[in-house]
Amino acid sequence: MKRFWAIFKKEFRQIARDPLSLGLLVFIPALLLILYGYALSFDVKHIRMAVVDYDRTQASREFLDSLFQNAYFDPAGVLGSIREADRVLDRGQARGVLVIPRGYDGALVRGGPVDVQVLIDGADATTANTTAGYLDALAEGATREAQWNMRQRSMAAPSLPAVLPIPRVWFNPELESARFLVPGLIALLLMLSAVVATSLSIVREKERETMEQMMVSPLRPEELVLGKTIPYVLICLVTMAMVLLLGYFLFGVAVRGSFLLLGLATLLFLFAALGMGVLISAITSSQQVAFQVAVIASLLPSIILSGFIFPIRNMPLPIQAITLVLAPRYFVSALRAIILKGAPFRAIWPDLLAMLILGAAFNLLAAHKTKKALWT
Amino acid sequence: MFLNVGLLNNKRTITLNRNGTEPVIVVDGLTKVFGRFTAVDHLHFSVPRGEIFGFLGPNGAGKSTTIRMLCGLLSSTEGTATVGGYDINRDPERVRQNIGYMSQKFSLYKDLTVSENIAFFGGVYGLARTRLRERAAAVVRLAGLTGLEKRLAGTLSGAHQQRLALGCAILHEPPILFLDEPTSGVDPISRRLFWDLIQDMASRGVTVLVTTHFMDEAEFCGRIGFISGGRLVALDTPSALKRDAVREELYEVSLADMQGSRERVESVPGVVATSYFGRNLHVFCRPGTFTAESLQQALVRDGMGVQSVESVSVSLEDAFIRLAAPAGKAAA
Repeated sequence: MKRFWAIFKKEFRQIARDPLSLGLLVFIPALLLILYGYALSFDVKHIRMAVVDYDRTQASREFLDSLFQNAYFDPAGVLGSIREADRVLDRGQARGVLVIPRGYDGALVRGGPVDVQVLIDGADATTANTTAGYLDALAEGATREAQWNMRQRSMAAPSLPAVLPIPRVWFNPELESARFLVPGLIALLLMLSAVVATSLSIVREKERETMEQMMVSPLRPEELVLGKTIPYVLICLVTMAMVLLLGYFLFGVAVRGSFLLLGLATLLFLFAALGMGVLISAITSSQQVAFQVAVIASLLPSIILSGFIFPIRNMPLPIQAITLVLAPRYFVSALRAIILKGAPFRAIWPDLLAMLILGAAFNLLAAHKTKKALWT
Repeated sequence: MFLNVGLLNNKRTITLNRNGTEPVIVVDGLTKVFGRFTAVDHLHFSVPRGEIFGFLGPNGAGKSTTIRMLCGLLSSTEGTATVGGYDINRDPERVRQNIGYMSQKFSLYKDLTVSENIAFFGGVYGLARTRLRERAAAVVRLAGLTGLEKRLAGTLSGAHQQRLALGCAILHEPPILFLDEPTSGVDPISRRLFWDLIQDMASRGVTVLVTTHFMDEAEFCGRIGFISGGRLVALDTPSALKRDAVREELYEVSLADMQGSRERVESVPGVVATSYFGRNLHVFCRPGTFTAESLQQALVRDGMGVQSVESVSVSLEDAFIRLAAPAGKAAA
């Protein structure tokens, strides 16, 4: 116990004295959260739309009004003819051009279908997709309104789809990216501290040959490993609290589920991540190599393969298989369930179990390799 | 009888009689093979309590490998050793409690202060708080670091770092001390101070096993083991080594032109080997072949400009140079 405390205290002293690791552990998470939270947004708002109105009737004006009434579209000028559309799209003056044909009003009155043309700048596929989606919904609204108006005038209803899907999004009704990203970001940041910082802190001892001095002492391997990892567990918990607070105040992401469950999921994840960090430190002998291995083995997967940004379900099967052995995948899923849905234990236990198994595997392997690497 | 010491006294330290004959380190056929390379080849020796045992030999001879095996940093391929009565392979944890180890790298935390380093190593050795306070004060005094306790270890001079490293290695007052080239990179006065500390500890019963390249340091050792190619080629007191290691007669020759003359001297019948000694040449000759005068005549006959030839006594350095290459004619 005394030996553990000696390492524990020393580790904190060194972290406090090393501006680089302090920055890595404290400022980078905050910076990343703000960067990702604000910049990495899939929400599309303020799309500049130009319009060409060949109809110029009450109905067409109502449709355009409803287009610009919300925050999604901003008017980018009225064009005289469709020939100008090319120009405004090329120059980026508008992301899309809406063309209302002559006879729009008449067609609506007759109850026949009417086509409205939209030209969308497809250079940014995400935005283009979203724009098309918004316009779809808008057109649908316009149709329903027309239907209502006609009923009022007690005319025959226009041909409408009989069944309309009305999606209602739960847990994140506005489909805000930040809500979706904050849980993933927690996983990423904890991975950064846990794997990279831990492996570096052990390899640093090897590189500076202070490891040898510890190995000739009665220190036991588990005391060394615990003394080296527990400080990072604490730092990770502080990081986590900080990210949750920032997420709440900056992006309004509140934890709906139980904090106890959140803590349990975090500890299980850290168990796996630290095992991985110790494993990396056992198989590398310089900080540079350890850093590269840690980034490739942990940081990249936790950004790309964890479902943080890209849904796992959309990945090719072999890559989906790889994600099965990545702890961040389960952690991201558990975090989203706990934070956004307030999921109870019985909903997320498979994720927790997976992390426990992965953690046990990493730690056994790490213990074996460390023992072999240090106490030969 | 001493092989049973560990069993008889199942405690941290062993009670020993004062006569210094009871071996504290017993090395028995210790061997280390790295792949195809045999770094340490069946070493046998023992070190009694309170002795300073010097380990000498060229780079790569296996000195550090041996020390690392005795400290439990490396496992042995074959053979074994007991340190403080405990077997290094079967009981490495007990061994570690009884030893202090310091290497040429002065393994300190350069980003921690002097006191923080001491506190850390004290903690690693599990010292109780009051004992740590006592020992920390003693170590600071011993290392001459009074007033520098708050300095970062990395900003200390080499000599201070060396003494702090020694201090950290002996915080737990180990009865056995392993020093692997402890004085490399330290000025002569500081080296002398360091050896005063070592001799003082040895006089109080600490057993010291030290490797060095410095001949003056070898003279401080009670006995010297000379290791070459992983084998122990000589083991004796410094004076006996000087007397016995070199069977040839030694002459110091001063030549007018040293350029290329070493090979010419060695080609003279009766000359076994030569080595540079300052601006002169040390010439090892088969016993009874030459006197100083007849050697000078032989060299002059060969056309060399000889300034002086003097019969000299063998120094430790001469002995080691001959021991490092006993088969060859010339030695570096």
